[in-house]
Amino acid sequence: MSTETVETTHQKEHGMSDAGYIRIALILAAITALEVATYYVDFGPLFLPALLIMMAIKFVMVVSYFMHLKFDNKVFSFLFYAGLVLAVGVYAAFLATFHFFIR
Amino acid sequence: MAETAHGHVGSTGISNVKLGMWAFLGSECLLFGGLISTYMLYRGRVTGGPRPSQIFDIPFTSVSSFVLLMSSLTMVLAVSAAHKDDDRKTNLWLTVTALLGATFVGGQVYEFTAFYKEGLGFSTSLFGSSFYTLTGFHGVHVTVGIIMLMSLVGILKRSSVPGKKAEVVEMVGLYWHFVDIVWIIIFTLVYLIPV
Repeated sequence: MSTETVETTHQKEHGMSDAGYIRIALILAAITALEVATYYVDFGPLFLPALLIMMAIKFVMVVSYFMHLKFDNKVFSFLFYAGLVLAVGVYAAFLATFHFFIR
Repeated sequence: MAETAHGHVGSTGISNVKLGMWAFLGSECLLFGGLISTYMLYRGRVTGGPRPSQIFDIPFTSVSSFVLLMSSLTMVLAVSAAHKDDDRKTNLWLTVTALLGATFVGGQVYEFTAFYKEGLGFSTSLFGSSFYTLTGFHGVHVTVGIIMLMSLVGILKRSSVPGKKAEVVEMVGLYWHFVDIVWIIIFTLVYLIPV
């Protein structure tokens, strides 16, 4: 099997080529640079929402593309996101009991 | 039970190994969720010790974060090479990933040493305890990942991988990427958001 055919088969199974992974990594690096910039540049009231959105974008990109969850069986997505949602829910409630969000 | 290109599959048609790994990663979200929320609660409790803003070296940690992020790229390239049965590239990318991981852990050891010299011990304050517990647990996870990567390189060279080779590389990859996404959260919540 030629390299090109192997690449195409891999792409069909996993949805991405090596070049695609490199593009995703470059986007992640750019977002990280923007995140660091928020530490030095005053973004005013947009600081916290911008930082949290960038963190969420990076998280979803790694899970979807590098961990192939976007292209894999939905049962895996359910298992992982169920754990994640449970963790966020439980610990948001935990922090709320300590009045963390209204300080 | 049938065996496909993706290893043992049950009646669902899904790889059992992969199912187990995703269930494990889902449960790890709860472990790190607990550690992160405890840190968020205690990060302002410094009781005489140094405050986060006094000791954090953002440029240094940014470089460490970048190194770990790039190790995710090299890991996914290793998985890609394994699926193409390219042993040479698989070993190469796995080794590069382990080296980048070791660089990150080395940076963390340096950071912990610097913080300790600046007066932040494990029991100095609630901030210190929760910070070292959270980042220490993450560091242990990275170290376990490095051991897994190097073990994999060793057994791939001896061609004695149990089950399907590509799936084994993919499982180690899933663990490694998980360690990376945990750091994505830690870097933002612990280092970039001021107390």
